Amino acid sequence: MNVRLYVWQRLTAALMVPLVLVHVAVIFYATRQGMTAADILARTRGSIVWASLYGIFVAAAAVHASIGVHNVLTEWSPLRDRSAGIFATVFGTSLLLLGLRAVAAVVLS
Amino acid sequence: MSDTRTDLTVSLWRGAEQGRYQTYSVPLRENQTVLDVVTFVQRHLDPTLSYRFACRVGVCGSCAMTVNGRPRWTCRTHVSSVAKRGRLDIGPLENLPIIKDLVTDMRPFFERWQQAKGAFVPSKTRRDAIEQIRPDSAPRIAADAAIECINCGVCYAACDTVRWNSDFLGPAALNRAWTLVNDARDAGNAERLQAVAASGGCHACHSHQSCQEHCPQALNPTASIAGLKRRTMGAYLKGDIKV
Repeated sequence: MNVRLYVWQRLTAALMVPLVLVHVAVIFYATRQGMTAADILARTRGSIVWASLYGIFVAAAAVHASIGVHNVLTEWSPLRDRSAGIFATVFGTSLLLLGLRAVAAVVLS
Repeated sequence: MSDTRTDLTVSLWRGAEQGRYQTYSVPLRENQTVLDVVTFVQRHLDPTLSYRFACRVGVCGSCAMTVNGRPRWTCRTHVSSVAKRGRLDIGPLENLPIIKDLVTDMRPFFERWQQAKGAFVPSKTRRDAIEQIRPDSAPRIAADAAIECINCGVCYAACDTVRWNSDFLGPAALNRAWTLVNDARDAGNAERLQAVAASGGCHACHSHQSCQEHCPQALNPTASIAGLKRRTMGAYLKGDIKV
């Protein structure tokens, strides 16, 4: 890990701290209120707030996790820095696409 | 003082990377150090045993070995404090190539000092006035806290990140870089911060603190590395270093 990756990993971690708290609070609220999928979708569809919140969350998680995977691979696999970086980039891009697809599914009408 | 009470069972690593532990019986004496035990074996039991030492008083950093699974300076380690049920297992330092028996090749260790720009870069000539350094200035206090490294390699042998990441510069080299970063007389910090901010530099450290735990000089390389992380991050955000 170099200083650039270090800064990005810390930055995304700081970003995710409040987002994780909001996410957990939303889960508790939705389950304790007995909300159905239709109830939830009624609130999220067309909402710029939910789209922004989870869009940022997904982007931060994809960057953060791919840097972590890169570190794990360089230390625990035979891959060297460059090849681990390629694998981690593919992994992070996949996370980003899957996450944004999920966000789109709940915010787009 | 020299009363021989009983014997100590000592297993010593013999051979290079491929080798085995060989057991010897050494008279147990009061105030005996682990280095005394190794020396006894070499002088009285097996003159082909290879090991490294120089000062015998904890200054030169030559005699570090793995003693009962932990890296230690053997000249300042009393047998009474480490022997378990009259037994000692002594091997070469880990994370370094073995040359023979208890002697490791220290070149990777010192090459990383070079990579971390661990050499002082003078900013003045002999004709300039001597730089005045206040002992109570914050940079000098930070440098003083890390300066007493004896290059024994114990922290390098104890470090998990060194074991896992072949590019990692290691605690001693980064600790050295931190002392120079805080040295007002040094003129090499642009290159030094660049070197320790690269892949395998200070940001590879997981802060396991094994270096601090095992350092015979009670230094804290983890704190030095944390200082480098902060300093390089500031330099990177200001655009002073590129990666």
